[in-house]
Amino acid sequence: MRKIIATLLLGLVACAQAFAQGLDIEIVGGTPSALPIAIVPFANESNAMPPDTDIAQVISADLNRSGQFRSLPRQDVIENPSVGSDIRFDTWRMLKQDFLVVGRLVDGEAGSYRIEFELHDVARQQRLLGLALSARSGDLRSAAHQIADLVYEKITGVPGAFWTRIAYITSSGVGENRDFALMVADSDGFNPQSLRRSSQPLLSPAWSPDGRRIAYVSFERGNSSICVQDIATGSFQVVASNRGINGAPAFSPDGSKLAMALSMSGNLEIHVMDLASRRTTQITRHFSIDTEPQWASDGQSIYFTSDRAGKPQIYQVSSGGGSPNRLTFSGEYNARVSVGYDGKRFAMAQGNRNVYRIAVLDRTRGGGGEVDVISPGRLDESPSFAPNASMILYAAREGGRGVLYSVSTDGRVRQRLVLAEGDVREPAWSPRRLR
Amino acid sequence: MNTTTRLLLVALLATGVVGCAKKTRPVMVDRVDRVDTTTMTDDTKPMDDNDGMYGPEDLDSDACLRQRVVYFDYDQSDIGGEAGAILACHAKYLKDRPSAMVTLGGHADERGSREYNLGLGERRGNAVSSALQAQGGSGSQLNVVSYGEEQGTCSDTSEDCWAKNRRVEIAYTAK
Repeated sequence: MRKIIATLLLGLVACAQAFAQGLDIEIVGGTPSALPIAIVPFANESNAMPPDTDIAQVISADLNRSGQFRSLPRQDVIENPSVGSDIRFDTWRMLKQDFLVVGRLVDGEAGSYRIEFELHDVARQQRLLGLALSARSGDLRSAAHQIADLVYEKITGVPGAFWTRIAYITSSGVGENRDFALMVADSDGFNPQSLRRSSQPLLSPAWSPDGRRIAYVSFERGNSSICVQDIATGSFQVVASNRGINGAPAFSPDGSKLAMALSMSGNLEIHVMDLASRRTTQITRHFSIDTEPQWASDGQSIYFTSDRAGKPQIYQVSSGGGSPNRLTFSGEYNARVSVGYDGKRFAMAQGNRNVYRIAVLDRTRGGGGEVDVISPGRLDESPSFAPNASMILYAAREGGRGVLYSVSTDGRVRQRLVLAEGDVREPAWSPRRLR
Repeated sequence: MNTTTRLLLVALLATGVVGCAKKTRPVMVDRVDRVDTTTMTDDTKPMDDNDGMYGPEDLDSDACLRQRVVYFDYDQSDIGGEAGAILACHAKYLKDRPSAMVTLGGHADERGSREYNLGLGERRGNAVSSALQAQGGSGSQLNVVSYGEEQGTCSDTSEDCWAKNRRVEIAYTAK
């Protein structure tokens, strides 16, 4: 186990140096069942400028982060084949690698690169994948994430979720000088960009299913209001600004509706807004706090947090309304559920006697499902599933500030993403992007 | 909350209650909230020349009215005895001055989820609003805004800091 961790850490030393944009990475655990894979540095055979991205390194870091792979450290990659015909399988078998990725950059159309890569099964000496992607020089990281997705899918049978983005909130400064920002970055924390800055709190970012818009809560009008912002153009609309709380927006799977928590009736209830007509329908009716709606992937039901039984727990209600069913029974406090795409796994912030950790309810196991606690902190919150449910992002507090972690859904591999300054919180993993 | 602050608060409350009931001269005290209370009003004038009715100047000078923060227990919105005394004089002020308007800012500590804490802040604000209305304030004078855990007065992960953040702040938008 220790050796695995050391291997993982070694593999990441080089990656860490490449992180110039504020987010830092650290793997804090390891898993013995991770598959060994060697990613050979891609040869540059193009006449264009030397590439600004080490594609093999990006792929390695992605696969390691999933917890399902451990890539061979760069210094142990002792041969550098770039096409299948150059591979000497004995070498990789001796290095105890199950899989091997080789590739090269050649000239593409109109000054772009053509990236050719192959995935091989070392034991069978068999090519599993041979594909080419076209990318401009600024898009090489995106191309590398897409290759990682394809490799991940070919081996595990589940599409990868590396070529995705994350949204999160940052806060810096104190008192009158506080500065809040709604940020979007690549899934590995690279290329952070701010979508909105404010001296008033911003919270609860939520992606539209097409990944083009983000709904969030802003206090810029003195009270909470819900905004929907277009990522590409930056234009935004205030969709809910009623008396009382306007919070917890969540897009329906078809993108036509927004579930939200409103207290305009005098009490905080779940509502659904039709975005075209802006008409809202009240879904819950109870004197307790009902908030944090999340849609089931079929759009037929909504999961939410309610303290109708005393402490907050997760409930499920038909998206047309009706009487809710309680989903969570273990843990004193369960809130902010994130629903896996399969509708069988639920991640939530679970509180027990002053300690808040991320718990995953897996309904594929046992009768009513089993619950695993997958984070070790004291104030862990805001879990968000990757679109393939292989990983979860969450927020933790360390040394008096907020940091983000990604963790494999089994809890075995965690990676910290730390912003250089201030608090980072409320990560939201984007939906899958369309190629 | 350390012992000194606690004692100070108790002392404040004692003077505050007396101040409300008998309209005695204001007592100089430390600030307990964010409202600027450094400017004292002209206290050569008798305070009770107005049939025991509060006037706008009392917001700055009256020991009870100067207390603008009510604290709560973890995950609770019940108003305790100390808070009851503070709210009694604010309710009287609202009754005496129907044109006065108040925003009740509800807050929670950092534990648990942010959106649930927004709900908790509102529940606390509503509890204060109800208490003020029960004692003579009017609903039209009161506006509850919940900030959840977003505007803490401190950010340490400690019971002391959490206790300071579980609060409702009474802010007069019209005196």
